Amino acid sequence: MSHAHSHDHHHDHDHDHAPIEAEDTSSSDTAILADALRMVLIEKGIFTAAEVQDQLTLMEGRSDRNGAAMIARAWVDADYRDALLADGAAAAQALGYDTKGTPLIVLENTAKVHNVVVCTLCSCYPVTLLGPSPEWYKSKAYRGRVVRDPRSVLREFGTEIGPDREVRVHDSTADMRYMIMPKRPKDSAGMTEEALAGLITRNGLIGVAEL
Amino acid sequence: MQAIFGPGDRVQVMDLEAEQGLTGHMRAPVYCRGKTGEIERFCGAFGNPETLAYGGDGTPAQPLYRVRFKQADVWPGYAGAANDCIEIEVYQHWLKAG
Repeated sequence: MSHAHSHDHHHDHDHDHAPIEAEDTSSSDTAILADALRMVLIEKGIFTAAEVQDQLTLMEGRSDRNGAAMIARAWVDADYRDALLADGAAAAQALGYDTKGTPLIVLENTAKVHNVVVCTLCSCYPVTLLGPSPEWYKSKAYRGRVVRDPRSVLREFGTEIGPDREVRVHDSTADMRYMIMPKRPKDSAGMTEEALAGLITRNGLIGVAEL
Repeated sequence: MQAIFGPGDRVQVMDLEAEQGLTGHMRAPVYCRGKTGEIERFCGAFGNPETLAYGGDGTPAQPLYRVRFKQADVWPGYAGAANDCIEIEVYQHWLKAG
């Protein structure tokens, strides 16, 4: 503090001095451990506090709106659609989204096939394009059940896939990441690309919902 | 490592845990071991996660495939449609001609 006034004045003003309640009172063992680890790594010069903040800023820029923009573009631009299905990471890069070398496979939902993504081994997910993954995606219940009974799990998301359509589950167990191109809503003819992007939900991009 | 399978090839996922005593970090999900499917695509070669997990350098890089299985072949009594499928990324060292 830069003020240099003497502290001989009386504390007789009438507002109380209750401590400010921190909104995040999380003090779980893992939170304490993560804080301690971060401080040690900064002290050892492995990375700087500024780099931690830069990474947080980068992470906050990750959003399902990025994936939605890609799909909306594909709906209005046949060449982009073909490029997206051929090489998802390159198509992401073309719109300014850097998957940092991780391949992306985009799978198209059609009248014959409905695709849905899971990672049974952990929770692999294209964070750059879909933002942080939802809690349910990481849950053992989703990971364990969607591979063996996908139609029931989809039904719990309100997604009924007729018996005439194949349900195709994609287990993201290794180096690929996945995003689903939902079927374009029938009543969306003539909409702008931006308006189309607004129709595209995160759950649609994972494949647990249709639009 | 050279990729030895191509799209459409029938392959079986080995159980390296039971057959070769592999332990620790294993990347082929238990539920597809012993199951037969077909190569959907070759994905490229990637560092072997089973040695990377223990500080190794992951070499030799392992060819990685997406293998398509009929759900009915993976889960006895599968309740969905007959043509429902599941596709799983499997490294070549887990695969043999099926």
